[in-house]
Amino acid sequence: MADTLTASRSAESSASLLHGARRLLLAGGGLLFSLFTTFFGLLVITFVIGRLMPVDPVLAAVGDRASLATYNQVKEAMGLNLPIWHQFLIYAWKVLHGDFGMSILTARPVLEDMQRVFPATAELATVGIIIGVVFGIPLGVWAAVYRNSLFDHVIRVLGLIGYSVPIFWLGIMGLLVFYLDLQWVGGPGRLDVYFDGEVPTVTGLILVDSILAGDWDVFNNALGHIILPASLLGYYSLAYICRMTRSLMLEQLNQEYLITARVKGVSERRVVWRHAFGNIQVPLITVVALAFANILEGSVLTETVFAWPGIGRYITTALLSADMNAVLGGTIVVGTVYIGMNLFSDLLYRIVDPRAR
Amino acid sequence: MTTGERTLTASPGLKAWLMADAPESGWQAACGRAYRGWLSFAKNPLGLAGLAIVVLLLLCAAFAPWIASQDPTAQDLTIRLQPPTAMHWLGTDRMGRDTFANLIYGSRVTLYIVVLVLVISAPIGLLVGSTAGYLGGRTDQVLMRITDIFFSFPRLVLALAFVASLGPGLNNAIIAIAITAWPAYARVARAETLAVRKSDFISAVRTQGASNWRIIFRHVMPLSLPSVVVRATLDMAGVILTAAGLGFLGLGAQPPTPEWGAMISVGRENILDQWWVPAVPGMAIFIVSLGFNLLGDGLRDVLDPKLS
Repeated sequence: MADTLTASRSAESSASLLHGARRLLLAGGGLLFSLFTTFFGLLVITFVIGRLMPVDPVLAAVGDRASLATYNQVKEAMGLNLPIWHQFLIYAWKVLHGDFGMSILTARPVLEDMQRVFPATAELATVGIIIGVVFGIPLGVWAAVYRNSLFDHVIRVLGLIGYSVPIFWLGIMGLLVFYLDLQWVGGPGRLDVYFDGEVPTVTGLILVDSILAGDWDVFNNALGHIILPASLLGYYSLAYICRMTRSLMLEQLNQEYLITARVKGVSERRVVWRHAFGNIQVPLITVVALAFANILEGSVLTETVFAWPGIGRYITTALLSADMNAVLGGTIVVGTVYIGMNLFSDLLYRIVDPRAR
Repeated sequence: MTTGERTLTASPGLKAWLMADAPESGWQAACGRAYRGWLSFAKNPLGLAGLAIVVLLLLCAAFAPWIASQDPTAQDLTIRLQPPTAMHWLGTDRMGRDTFANLIYGSRVTLYIVVLVLVISAPIGLLVGSTAGYLGGRTDQVLMRITDIFFSFPRLVLALAFVASLGPGLNNAIIAIAITAWPAYARVARAETLAVRKSDFISAVRTQGASNWRIIFRHVMPLSLPSVVVRATLDMAGVILTAAGLGFLGLGAQPPTPEWGAMISVGRENILDQWWVPAVPGMAIFIVSLGFNLLGDGLRDVLDPKLS
């Protein structure tokens, strides 16, 4: 069976190569257009948000004692007397060149701040998605195999709880139980204070940096700090990953090729993990990509609770002091990563799955 | 089990009328359809549990002054941070306000948010989706492209940015959430519209001279409504969680409005000794959004079996 399959595949492959290349081009073109319009939309929305502010930016800069002449001069210098479309073009040009303006709070360019805080979020989200995948996929597969059993119902309820619980509250309660009471995990922040700056920053990911420096004390400390917030984010994504894995698996388990495999004497374990699971791997990658994008969003509130110095906390801190440049810069960065993940999963799906063409 | 069944089914005479094979009026047919839907919904214990939670929320909101005898905003610093007592069932917060009263009155705020977000976003989504689906062509492409753009943004971050520029407050939070909520309904409404736009009854109305807008408003939109309702119910949990998140960050309802997210934020400062102060409102948010999720799941199984 396997041999004939390979033979027919190789015969088909040369004929479909051209077709495949064309498909790739089309998918790529569609993707570029989609990327362009979505990013344009992001720029328009952030531009509008920046202009919605009830505060007059000129007045804020010159103060209310300035003369009309000074006011007009500053207005001109800030480019606010230009037509609105011209202002938008200037804004878009600046953003495309990485110029998000200065942050009032940190008195540094927003881009520099972003480069500083982004690795912390990336590290948290990555550990979170690893936890979500490692637990979510097997649980989803088993829930599908033993569907309508007690196990399946327990998994379903666990998933619904994940969809329903306010993540910031779970974080507070988690800190209360596992940090203050049991002292199993590290507290807020990425490291204990006395470990700060102990390992040189290479990637900005403390777990990686401490391995590179061979400093296992720092690694263990960082792990103790990241484990609770990452587990919470992991649980949050687990609910989604598990549900999608279950429904994708159910689709496969009803197929006749599995009966054929069983009749041929393939072990049940191989039927489930090799045959059925093998066929859902492609859509699963897109599910995981979307889950990762959602984790980025969930990290905004989680970082606030855990005093995690990432992009989410940066945005919320900037919000409370009306530091609009920082808020909009953060929104654009998170939005861009989010759009990127969405499009990546979309592209992958279009290229690999012929049914989605 | 039998008693449970008896309470869930109608009396024999009414039942016969509802289950009639040949209903005599449109009204009877509609009632019969609703009754059959209810019967299949009632088979799902989790869906019923969700319905019970949502009904409980409605009752709490409607009868708040009778359920909670205390004034939720009354401060009394002599009794601050008390553990649960006979007088204050769930204790008091750091301003000496009764937690139970705040919790009950908070259900009104939650309901206010949910209803307003729905009232703003569902019609927008319905209009955009039906128009795009019915008119097709360029209009469809442009409208759905805009929908996609909104869809591909992180919802909470977008809401945060909107609130940042509109200024903190309950109503601004609601507007911000509604702006991020409508695209989902637009997609659902468009899919439903595509399924009916080529139907004979639509052609019949058109040959009678109905305008596009009349067809969209009177004939297409009503058919998309059930799917949008299911989608909205499933979305309510997300709306509640987002609103609570904004409240927690201090960007939603402002004190002394008894909002659950803000209550957690206040209680957090006393977590070491009075853990129940933030624990209780969090439980309330969790239970209510779980209720909406369960109800939405149950409704989806009844109204839209192909989705489950």
